[in-house]
Amino acid sequence: MTWDPLGEDSGASRSNRGEPGLAASFRPVPGGAAAYFEQPQAGVIRSLVSQVAELISADAETGEDAAQAGNLEAQLGLSSHVEPPDDPVLARLLPDAYSDDAGAAAEFRRYTEESLRSGKVASAQAVLASLPANGGEVRLSEPECQQWLRALNDVRLALSVRLGITDEDEDLSESLAVDDPRSAYLWVYQWLAYLQDSLLEALT
Amino acid sequence: MGAAPVEVEQPATGQQTALDAPWVTVVWNDPVNLMNYVTYVFQKVFGYPKAKAEKLMLDVHHRGKAVVSSGTREAMERDAETLHGYGLWATVSHDS
Repeated sequence: MTWDPLGEDSGASRSNRGEPGLAASFRPVPGGAAAYFEQPQAGVIRSLVSQVAELISADAETGEDAAQAGNLEAQLGLSSHVEPPDDPVLARLLPDAYSDDAGAAAEFRRYTEESLRSGKVASAQAVLASLPANGGEVRLSEPECQQWLRALNDVRLALSVRLGITDEDEDLSESLAVDDPRSAYLWVYQWLAYLQDSLLEALT
Repeated sequence: MGAAPVEVEQPATGQQTALDAPWVTVVWNDPVNLMNYVTYVFQKVFGYPKAKAEKLMLDVHHRGKAVVSSGTREAMERDAETLHGYGLWATVSHDS
């Protein structure tokens, strides 16, 4: 687990990176939380949330497709997936529930993976529905805050796999070359931790 | 497991004890989930008071994993699925 997402002096970190505009955060309001997003901030979140949702739903079996294919299992909400996904991001978002029993892990996946996928896609859609593409004030009810928390977390998990974050104490910003394309995503990853943290603070 | 002893019928107490419930849900540490998020999820999912949720979170953080609930296998699978929904890395196992 990780703490203090932007480092001890987050204000300095932000200005040093020259991207002060990305530091939107939530504040508590009666019944939920609110935040103001500039257009670029909204664009980054919408893009990443959409990508994760597309990845999750890409090879999921929808009831409609299944009905056309006459696939009774999928109509019943069962998945034909019994193996962990090949994509490491999907494998992290849809993990095995048994670490030492492949048969039980497969059976669990068969009965739960479709609902897990649809729940994650629903959270992503809730973010997309409440965050205007042009930015602006976002005011969330408590249930919407829950969906934002999950969706932001899924995006951070996905980014962590792509960035190769395996050690919470390692500071990737020091090891990545300045021209490494992952540098920009590392900044987004850290900002999303800050944003998620502010949402938690607003709720508690 | 060894030879099963004579089964003794347990009165329904409405509360599972560790002896009745040899299945557990384990949450594993990872470098991504925020510590306060993990505490929040334990409170939300299990209804644990903040102090208990925080202690479990710290166990996960420092020891690499922690048992967060125990009960029937079916109940533990529901817990694991719920925790996967929140992005936590949870597994089900026999408490041995």
